[in-house]
Amino acid sequence: MIFGLPVISVAIWLPIIFGILVLATGDDKNASLARLLALAGSLLGFAVTLPLYTGFNSTTSAMQFVELHDWILRFNIHYYLGVDGISMLFILLNSFFTVIVVIAGWRVIEKRVSQYMAAFLVMSGIVNGVFAALDSILFYVFWEAMLIPMFIIIGVWGGPNRIYATMKFFLYTLLGSLLMLVALIYLYNLTGGSFSILDFQKVAIPMTAQILIFIAFFFAFAVKVPMFPVHTWLPDAHVEAPTGGSVVLAAIMLKVGAYGFLRFSMPITPDASHKLAGIMIALSLIAIVYIGLVALMQSDMKKLVAYSSISHMGFVTLGLFIFNAYGMEGALLQMLSHGFVAGALFLCIGVLYDRMHSRKIADYGGVVNKMPVFAAFFMLFAMANSGLPGTSAFVGEFMVLMGTIKVNFWYAFAAATTLIFGAAYTLWMYKRVIFGKVSNSHVEELTDINAREILILALLTVFVLGMGVYPLPVGEILHASVNDLLVHVAQSKLPL
Amino acid sequence: MNLMANLLPAAAEIFLLVMVCFILIFDLLLKQNKIYTYLFVQLTLLGCSLVTVGTHERGVFYAFNGMFVDDLLSDVLKMLSYLGMSMVLVYSRQYLLLRGLFTGEFLVLALFALLGMNVMISANHFLTLYLGLELLSLSLYAMVALQRDSAIATEAAMKYFVLGALASGLLLYGMSMIYGATGSLELGVISNAIHQGVQDKALLAFGLVFIVSGLAFKLGVVPFHMWVPDVYHGAPTAMTLLIGSVPKLAAFAFTVRILVEGLQGLSTDWTGMLVVLAIASMALGNLSAIAQTNIKRMFAYSTITHMGFMLLGLISGGIEGYGSAMFYTVVYMIMSLGGFGMIMMLSRAGFEADTLNDFKGLNQRSPWLAFMMMLLMLSMAGIPPTVGFYAKFAVLNAVVQAGYTWLAVISVLFSLIGAFYYLRIIKLMYFDTPESHVPIAVESDTGLLMTLNGLGVLLLGLMPGTLMSICAVSVRQSLLLH
Repeated sequence: MIFGLPVISVAIWLPIIFGILVLATGDDKNASLARLLALAGSLLGFAVTLPLYTGFNSTTSAMQFVELHDWILRFNIHYYLGVDGISMLFILLNSFFTVIVVIAGWRVIEKRVSQYMAAFLVMSGIVNGVFAALDSILFYVFWEAMLIPMFIIIGVWGGPNRIYATMKFFLYTLLGSLLMLVALIYLYNLTGGSFSILDFQKVAIPMTAQILIFIAFFFAFAVKVPMFPVHTWLPDAHVEAPTGGSVVLAAIMLKVGAYGFLRFSMPITPDASHKLAGIMIALSLIAIVYIGLVALMQSDMKKLVAYSSISHMGFVTLGLFIFNAYGMEGALLQMLSHGFVAGALFLCIGVLYDRMHSRKIADYGGVVNKMPVFAAFFMLFAMANSGLPGTSAFVGEFMVLMGTIKVNFWYAFAAATTLIFGAAYTLWMYKRVIFGKVSNSHVEELTDINAREILILALLTVFVLGMGVYPLPVGEILHASVNDLLVHVAQSKLPL
Repeated sequence: MNLMANLLPAAAEIFLLVMVCFILIFDLLLKQNKIYTYLFVQLTLLGCSLVTVGTHERGVFYAFNGMFVDDLLSDVLKMLSYLGMSMVLVYSRQYLLLRGLFTGEFLVLALFALLGMNVMISANHFLTLYLGLELLSLSLYAMVALQRDSAIATEAAMKYFVLGALASGLLLYGMSMIYGATGSLELGVISNAIHQGVQDKALLAFGLVFIVSGLAFKLGVVPFHMWVPDVYHGAPTAMTLLIGSVPKLAAFAFTVRILVEGLQGLSTDWTGMLVVLAIASMALGNLSAIAQTNIKRMFAYSTITHMGFMLLGLISGGIEGYGSAMFYTVVYMIMSLGGFGMIMMLSRAGFEADTLNDFKGLNQRSPWLAFMMMLLMLSMAGIPPTVGFYAKFAVLNAVVQAGYTWLAVISVLFSLIGAFYYLRIIKLMYFDTPESHVPIAVESDTGLLMTLNGLGVLLLGLMPGTLMSICAVSVRQSLLLH
């Protein structure tokens, strides 16, 4: 409770209310007011999620901070919220990134500022709702509503090909969501009239139905992750989105898909999950190896990081579907870490793009001569992206590999190639952009990052290094929930 | 006593008829300014709703030897149709004024159409049903033709009239066969006769086919949809708004009364037919809507799709199914009122904002209207947190419960196609630059109504429970489900 109000509801609705207020500031005449209000909203929004961390009991896997109210009685749908160790961390991550995005867009966005800031604030609230919803229809409402601000963000403030990208993004994700809706309704009838996710996790389901439900969920979540072969929207969306949009896509949106696997697919259809795990692992390995190679070939920095995201998310799905504690905890750490690292890389590219208005690697060269401070930060995040020990990425990847090797050596062998490819594409890009002689007159005119940009990158550095050096606190929070999930997944839910 | 028992269930219709006659005379006395007629009409609608509420009693009442029925379903639908009609008039006033169509005839015809709808909603007999339908249709034909100097409107009226007459003929032919097979025109008696077994099954089946075709014509579902795009496109937008919104309530009641109350015993037969109609409508409606450049035609195809989706509820059957179909129809009415209302708000004297390009850059010209339109479009596409989602959700739930999960999967795939052209409108409004910068003159009453309409779609989406329950309860209390 904060001031007598339930924490999760505040975490969801406070940013949305601030978003509406920011929108009410009107056109660009009041841009500075809109920015200040947005900053206040995002900071407050982050502040109100802190009690979730401080008040969290990491010894239990039960849902905490539960709120349960009637909503649509006719269908037994409730306003049912709660967090466990997994969702709590993502809510914090999301609220934190909202602050980053608001600061990152401070000077860069000059057109329709209030709408831009409002869209991010509203989205922040909605995403918190996705992570906290325990009623599947409430989840679905947040899940779909999340698309609307993102659709607008990419479409209005994006690059030249933004409309194609945003349409593709929306329709791709909608396809999966609609199939999931049918699955949810089917489960509702199976449980005899409950939409609670926790009830779904208990009900017995015949094998054929489990497989069909798994496939429906797969479409919804795999598109969001994104997994090979439904990943093609991501490079388009990432490349065309404004910097803030790319950051949120990478840091938050992709996590929502993997979270769905954890919350829905695996506990609700454990038998189908086991049966189809081979396919999931195969798709994950293809993502890791093949997409890693694709990333190597990119001439556009944002596209390169986008492909690298797909490849890294392959690690996450691999970790989930090998069904052991190392894999799963590693996958979760990888999700968090990827949020920080990919978010930071997109911010770095944004810094360059704001100055040069180009994302082409070939347009750069010798940036270090003009932007030494920036080059240092960029170096750190590039290293983190290639999984250097001491950075957060290493912990997750290492744990997933440990888990995988217990299952099958060759899986682990294939997955481990990412350590080579990842280093190759990231560092090669880094070399071409940063090192060497100043390549052209535009680079010559570059100015180093200002205090605002240093602040953002420094904040992210703290997390990337902090989690890399001392991941224990995060692991402790996850522990109970992960173990509970593994127990769930191990039990067959076929009807007797 | 007997007289009162007959008159009371029809009190609202009688009141409406009396008032229409008054308004006819009143309007003659007014020379120029029709605003008083307009206010009189709005007051009549208010009066009608008071009468409907005042005479409402729990239970099902039959009047005029079973020709007419007054139950919760009819009362709820009537209240909604008064509301819808009132909104239609508010949206159309300025548009019609600018085109010189804001005449007493328009207002009176609108009320006659409403009377026809109310009779359809309360009918319990093939003759009453037909009477109501014709009263509605004839008023609408005349309204489409009201713009005499417009070739396209006249063509639309002709098409509407000829095809409408054909559909009425089909219906009548079907009704006569059912009469031949069961010996009655009253729905309850027909239902009983079918349950007890009818000698001539073939005759009954033939009759059913003709009736379903006639109904499909009136609902505008594939393959009986040909008139819909042309009429929607050709008619002045105010008439399109009227045709496309409130009569759907009556069409729903009409369909439910005939198929559920009258021909429930043949439900296995008509369910199969409706499945074909529904799938064909969703497929053709969605695919054709993508190709349209005229927004009125696009909405026409979208109506076809929505009606197809509504049929899914009827196919599922039971209180869930009929309740969800009713909810869907009500929600559809609210959304289409807003959609067509928006076209009229963007139009001005001598200019029709009826192509997609007219919506380009609306966000820059009027952010608030663009936002309202976005809410309406998201609702039509069925994206939460708007009410359109719950309409789809309720229907899908009924479909899955009835065991047609495959049908639910097909229908969501078609909704995905549908989402594209609704999103395209949002894209035009938010991402493109406007073609003209003529300021949008918004009257305070239409502006307020549009705000209520748009926010209503959102608020009903956040709190859909009440409306859903009303629909379910009225179906449960009113329909005799065997």
